Amino acid sequence: MAEVEIKQENLVYAKPRLITDNVMHYCPGCSHGTVHKLIAEVIDELGLAERTVGVSPVGCSVFAYNYIDIDWMEAAHGRALAVATAVKRLKPETLVFTYQGDGDLSAIGTAESIHAAARGENVVAIYINNAIYGMTGGQMAPTTLLGMKTATTPYGRDPRLNGYPYKIAEMMAHLDGATYITRQSVHKPANVRKCKAAIKKAFQRSMEGKGFSLVEVVSTCNSGWKLSPVASNEWLEQNMLPFYPLGDIKEVK
Amino acid sequence: MAKIKGTIVVDKERCKGCGVCVASCPCDVLSLSSEVNGKGYPAAQMAVPDACTGCASCAVICPDSCITVYRQKFE
Ligand SMILES: Cc1ncc(C[n+]2csc(CCOP(=O)(O)OP(=O)(O)O)c2C)c(N)n1
Ligand code: SF4
Ligand code: SF4
Ligand code: SF4
Ligand SMILES: [Mg+2]
Repeated sequence: MAEVEIKQENLVYAKPRLITDNVMHYCPGCSHGTVHKLIAEVIDELGLAERTVGVSPVGCSVFAYNYIDIDWMEAAHGRALAVATAVKRLKPETLVFTYQGDGDLSAIGTAESIHAAARGENVVAIYINNAIYGMTGGQMAPTTLLGMKTATTPYGRDPRLNGYPYKIAEMMAHLDGATYITRQSVHKPANVRKCKAAIKKAFQRSMEGKGFSLVEVVSTCNSGWKLSPVASNEWLEQNMLPFYPLGDIKEVK
Repeated sequence: MAKIKGTIVVDKERCKGCGVCVASCPCDVLSLSSEVNGKGYPAAQMAVPDACTGCASCAVICPDSCITVYRQKFE
């Protein structure tokens, strides 16, 4: 049989236009890169490339602004949703989203995050929950699972010593200002596609003035977890998803 | 009978050899090369090119946007 011709009319998938040519500094197989790609695709599909401001965090994704070709601001650790609040209020016609890890959004930044949701700011938080502080060498985060080994819980997280993990998505769902709360993952192609649809819905709702959205992405940190990228995706399914179940948690029509 | 066939092009220098595309291909088309790229990573490659349907699962999951997918219908 003939070979598939490499030409435009046969093209079904290519690197998104808004993903820059810079090689990402992320470890091989890290979920951060996959989520970046989805954000780039959605912004382009919505025609908002010239009207978007992203707010990047402190954490492994601190350099997100090098990889998605839109306007960005860099916030102090945990304060991305406070910065996003200001940008959106000053420029309401702009799509404003934050991109934050679990350490950033739900540890050091808990207060800023909860109050942005409670106020119902028309911004979207993309929340990369890999249950660990990836950037600083894999220390325990509030989101770390019970029994999970990290650099600071080498024998596994013990609730008597280290407390219990918490789910900020479910907590935010109780707030009237938070109108779309969903939990997704990117560990399999079908989940990547669902996650993209969720990000698109959140961005559209934000532009319609419908309030605060949180898109949690249950993610891997293979370096911190001390597993290969493929084994990390499997570990995520077996261990993260029972505690952090996927799906929409709240949607106010 | 009409048949859909696919093929992929891997940006070998961008690839980090993470293998998540290999694990995600429903048709077991992919493997990691026995040679390494300029950064020392074994790039993804088509080991069984004839089995590719152009479903794009590999490209969709690639964290580093290294894979371009083409698909063609043959009568
Ligand atoms: C004020 C302040 N405190 C602590 C740090 C150290 N620090 C840098 S990143 C980080 C945690 C990042 O974890 P997370 O948000 O989960 O991102 P990940 O790297 O896992 O994607 C910490 C504690 C800092 N940079 N600034
Ligand atoms: S340390 Fe973890 S979160 Fe950071 S780039 Fe590596 S795998 Fe990703
Ligand atoms: S998923 Fe991407 S980076 Fe990883 S091996 Fe495949 S092509 Fe390379
Ligand atoms: S396009 Fe589909 S069938 Fe072809 S290599 Fe990628 S995952 Fe496999
Ligand atoms: Mg983290």
